[in-house]
Amino acid sequence: MTIRRAGEQALLVETGSLEAAHRLDALLRADRPEHVEEIVPGQETVLVVAPDADQERLESRLAGLLASVTDAGPARDETGTAARIVEIPVVYDGDDLDSVAALTGLTVAEVIALHAGSEFVVGWLGFAPGFAYLIGLDPRLHAPRLDAPRTSVPPGSVAIAGPYSAVYPSASPGGWRLLGRTDVRVWDVAADPPTKLPPGTRVRFLP
Amino acid sequence: MIEIVSPGPYATVQDLGRPGYAHLGVPRSGAADAPSLRLANRLVGNPESAAGIELTFGGAALRFGDNAWIALTGAPCPVDADRRPTGMCAPVWIPQGGTLRVGTPREGLRTYVAVRGGIGVEPVLGSRSTDSLSGLGPPPLRTGTVLPVGGAGPSAAIRVDSAVQGPFSSCPPVRIVLGPRADWFTPDAVAALRAGPYEVATEINRVGVRLRGTALERARGGEIPSEGMTLGAVQVPPDGRPIVFLADHPTTGGYPVIGVVAARDLSLVAQLRPGDRLWFRPVPGVRT
Repeated sequence: MTIRRAGEQALLVETGSLEAAHRLDALLRADRPEHVEEIVPGQETVLVVAPDADQERLESRLAGLLASVTDAGPARDETGTAARIVEIPVVYDGDDLDSVAALTGLTVAEVIALHAGSEFVVGWLGFAPGFAYLIGLDPRLHAPRLDAPRTSVPPGSVAIAGPYSAVYPSASPGGWRLLGRTDVRVWDVAADPPTKLPPGTRVRFLP
Repeated sequence: MIEIVSPGPYATVQDLGRPGYAHLGVPRSGAADAPSLRLANRLVGNPESAAGIELTFGGAALRFGDNAWIALTGAPCPVDADRRPTGMCAPVWIPQGGTLRVGTPREGLRTYVAVRGGIGVEPVLGSRSTDSLSGLGPPPLRTGTVLPVGGAGPSAAIRVDSAVQGPFSSCPPVRIVLGPRADWFTPDAVAALRAGPYEVATEINRVGVRLRGTALERARGGEIPSEGMTLGAVQVPPDGRPIVFLADHPTTGGYPVIGVVAARDLSLVAQLRPGDRLWFRPVPGVRT
């Protein structure tokens, strides 16, 4: 557990786990230190961008918070984020159901049952606005990305790649394997907040 | 309104971007050379955050539907207004129906055009910037695009006749703070980064600047668990060729960042052309 400098204007806090990253993220959002512009959780980190802050003071504040989130233990959650769950109805008719079944040695029905039977948590966002990396995919469903990405994947596509699942927030190129689609609009720039899936949100897919 | 007669090689609307959404995967975007956009706005009495036009390699022609005060900053280009030669870094009056022509920059890459009142396209997530990575904001300018003027907020009296910009260099020293993942590289790699120079490859855009030079060898394999990326980060993919992230950089990534360009020097990088070179100068992380 360390805090690393990421240039003159940002600090990268290593939390050692996704859970601690989410707890630190929630604490920082609830009581945002002065001048902090961005709080970006990652898999085992939180990047804190604060161009006008005194970096040494910010670092000591973050060190105190880091100690509290890593000592807290997994059961403790004073932020309430764990309570939020988003249910996403899915029509499982994706173009890659057969290839996932072939790669995993499962039947298509088993692929669907495993995907819909897992609870996910939004780890972090990236790749595109609103693109949430969902953690919690059953290891039996881990399959590599497509060799050749599609040039356009429709918004609402429900997909998997490696240990992750995701809902494509908008039309984009994509190399993930498509299991199905949803009418739920996970991303809308006119909404506040624009995403239904901020980091830490729990997600279930309903077949 | 402003009609784009010709956008040149690549032109977009830019303000100071949409900070605050990186955790939702939204790049900050905004002017690649932010100090130049701020200066252009000051020259026409706008708030510094007003939206202007970012030209890439000049070559544009803009027709003004109304009287306008404008100013150009950034990469210095030959400029004329209705065939009268005019200059950079000063307020210029364009009468209704007038056409501004911007030639090819003598040096540098990106030229900014500010107009009093600002470019008034609809903001998306609080910004009028075109984000070339995600497609947020208005599309890149094309011949025939019409841009509304206004909406920048209260303008002030124009109190400046002209402004001085620093010289452009095709081989600048660029300060860099090592880390956060310098320890993923061999000592030789860190030494190579210092020894430089690195040359700007042809693959440059608003997302980043790819560099050619001594490949930066990793001390360990694999990828970093996905982590937040910051403006100016020097990310090193497995081929060892560093990429300096500019305004439209992705918000998270899995390649290690060997160092981050000092904020004051980022505009130098944003103004480099393919074939230009830079020298990295490591500096301590804390501003002195």
